[in-house]
Amino acid sequence: MLENGLKVLLLEEHTAPLVSVWCWYKVGSRDELPGLTGVSHWVEHMNFKGTTNIPRHEVKGIIEQFGGAWNGYTWLDQTTYLETASRDALDRMLFIEAERMGRCLYDPADCESERTVIISELKGGENDPDSLLDQELVATAFKAHPYRHPTIGWLSDLETMTRDDLYGYYRRYYAPDNATLVIVGDIDPGETMVRVREHFGGFAPGGPLTRRRTQEPRQTGERRLVIRKEGTTAYFRAAFHAPAVADAMFVPALLLDAVLTGAKGANLWTAFRVPPPQRSARLYKAVVERGLASSLHGAMLPTAEPFLYTLNATATQGTPLAALEDAVLRALDLVVDQGVTDEELARAKRQLHAQMVFDADSVTNVAHQLGFFETIGGVELFLDLPRRIAATSIAEVNQAAALLFTPSNRTIGYFEPLPVGSAGPAADAREVRR
Amino acid sequence: MSTGLNPTRSVLSNGAVITARQTRKTPAVAINIALPAGAIVDPPDAAGASFLLSRVLDRGTTSRSGHEIAEALENRGVSLSLSVTRQLFSLTCTCLSEDFEDVFALLAEMIRHPSIPEGELATRRGQALTSLLQDAEDPAVRSVEGLMKALYGAAHPYGRPIKGTAASLEALSRERLMALHAERFAPHLLSAVVVGDVEPARVEACASAVLGDWQHGSAPSVVLTEAARPEARRVLTVPMLNKAQAEIAYGFPSIARSDRSYFAFMLMNNVLGQYALGGRLGDRIRERQGMAYSVWSSFDASTIPGPFMVRAGVDAGNVERTIAAIDDELHLLRRTGVTGREMAESRQYISGSMPRTLETNAGIAGFLQNAEFFGLGLDYDQRLPTLLMMVTIDDVNAAAAALDPAHATVVVAGPYQP
Repeated sequence: MLENGLKVLLLEEHTAPLVSVWCWYKVGSRDELPGLTGVSHWVEHMNFKGTTNIPRHEVKGIIEQFGGAWNGYTWLDQTTYLETASRDALDRMLFIEAERMGRCLYDPADCESERTVIISELKGGENDPDSLLDQELVATAFKAHPYRHPTIGWLSDLETMTRDDLYGYYRRYYAPDNATLVIVGDIDPGETMVRVREHFGGFAPGGPLTRRRTQEPRQTGERRLVIRKEGTTAYFRAAFHAPAVADAMFVPALLLDAVLTGAKGANLWTAFRVPPPQRSARLYKAVVERGLASSLHGAMLPTAEPFLYTLNATATQGTPLAALEDAVLRALDLVVDQGVTDEELARAKRQLHAQMVFDADSVTNVAHQLGFFETIGGVELFLDLPRRIAATSIAEVNQAAALLFTPSNRTIGYFEPLPVGSAGPAADAREVRR
Repeated sequence: MSTGLNPTRSVLSNGAVITARQTRKTPAVAINIALPAGAIVDPPDAAGASFLLSRVLDRGTTSRSGHEIAEALENRGVSLSLSVTRQLFSLTCTCLSEDFEDVFALLAEMIRHPSIPEGELATRRGQALTSLLQDAEDPAVRSVEGLMKALYGAAHPYGRPIKGTAASLEALSRERLMALHAERFAPHLLSAVVVGDVEPARVEACASAVLGDWQHGSAPSVVLTEAARPEARRVLTVPMLNKAQAEIAYGFPSIARSDRSYFAFMLMNNVLGQYALGGRLGDRIRERQGMAYSVWSSFDASTIPGPFMVRAGVDAGNVERTIAAIDDELHLLRRTGVTGREMAESRQYISGSMPRTLETNAGIAGFLQNAEFFGLGLDYDQRLPTLLMMVTIDDVNAAAAALDPAHATVVVAGPYQP
């Protein structure tokens, strides 16, 4: 750790001439106040738009010159930025992240231009009814904790937020003592630390930050929501309040999800790129193999505070959502009543082990995992994951099922499609002008 | 790169091509098996046949049930993906090194001896029909499918939807899928690429053991016609008034992979719609005009000229402004060409990104499979930088000349009413 509080995690990996640099900030949508929902994500966008020493027109190509890629994302507990490029770009990557930490410009015209880009991103998401249902389900499952609002924010806040709101938020949270710098790849650790000190050592610490303290009260009864909109397909979702990553019940719940819907590992960055091995999973067999759903997904994501275990299924044509719900809940009741089998747990453990091996195939993925876990509770939680998985007993998995799958802990969501108007999706492309 | 991939390529006596490359980063192996049996082999009256076959190929063989296959894969943590593009039918997965032989043998069994049980077909067909319904309300899918149909015609394999239609999927019987498999799955058409912590000799021995005795006659060739260059500009709409945002697909027929101007097109595309968050298009439409979260261009040079496409998702009120901006950028590109700096940047970016492309086992396997399909050679990764260096600015500007807005086809899907 540097004297100003910046935590630095380095890992040598010499199998390719590449380095991945991630700079993580402990600020995410859970830190947003009413009226400013979406500010963390908008700030992330603004932090790609030029700094004191990187004029706006030089942002373009600054890492591409090294064959590199860059990106960033904002989620519940964190905001992060990354570059992965050839090893000779290490100094450039550190320079970019240092500039981002302390010297972004927030030009008023850029703030306005980005407002419409973000609203476009929000509307693009709303084109997908399943995403819309997810957003509404989370908002219904939580009534007090800030996890309830979407990372992208509510539209009215995006329409009214000001440049000063954005800049104030940036100055408050972007400080070395609220950040973790992760560097993985073809590096010399000693030399790298010298460069890190040169780039980041001059920043003053921001001082202590108090994160919002609201805890979600225990849910006292089942919640339900039904969205009825024009569409072609019916979607079902269920959400259950679930343990945070540091909770002893987190890994049992992760294994429970693997039994129910197939193992995805614990990597938010890669988890949804490849479908999990799920054909022998319980819920898949209960709803997809029986023809009630065309797809099924489960998500037990690692978070700093208790979030949700979610299940979502797409109903096959003609299947009533009530029948799909009934099949899902019956399968969950069965797990609670009879527990999982030794064979299921052994398979879930093998799948998670394999998934974690597969996830370690790039410097980008490895760096992500170190930084991600650091922002939600500590990197040791990631390093300890294999041991926790191996040590989890069948009794603990069954305990997790009993904890999660009670009626008063769940929120059920339906997207019921209404018939599309005559000018809707059934229509073919038609020419309007030459 | 100072050292290349240098994969090992062998051809079995029945013509199957096996390419292997050993890496030691993780104790895992990526397998990528492909056959030229994508949507282009769909019978004219059975769009979606190859896609539906991909949904059932792993659901039973002559000696194992779908459940047994699932258990065999998933007890090893393997998630198998079966995918169909216009050209290829692919099976891809990653497994632990210790499981390589078992997993590869299972894939070979599926490829050689699928049983397509009727019950599995009914379930998979139901899923496929639901997937079609989802696509029908997705403006991005509708705009691209609309563009492909407009460019190539409804009867052309490139103009038909890869997943078929509800009617064509409903009509596909087990017998027709078995016949399609019997006709199009043959060892001399198969290319298997294996990359990971496994010695090439082990790969070759395993492939010989499970594929070597497979005999098959020749498969009929697929003749694809090229799309005619549109004589005039066309703007088509797919009204989807219940949607929040409109999707624009703006395109032309482009070039084949074998075209001499391929690398010029690659560089031109990178400058126009790829480099640093969408190239010139991203700079204008996203960065300066703030109209779209995503805007980019791409092209699909294949055995025939595939589409060159510009894509953007925008508010309905900005559709016409966005199309005008794309027009302007294309006019500008055709009129004044790319700059020397842009050429250098894109060339450097494409060459320089090779280590990232080739970092993972799956990335290498995909690269080698592509090289095999187009006959690019085992040293393609080493030759690529030189091939890019040989392209001149005049070559790139000549490639841009093909993108004349006066001959563009534009499809807008979403809540847009002109």
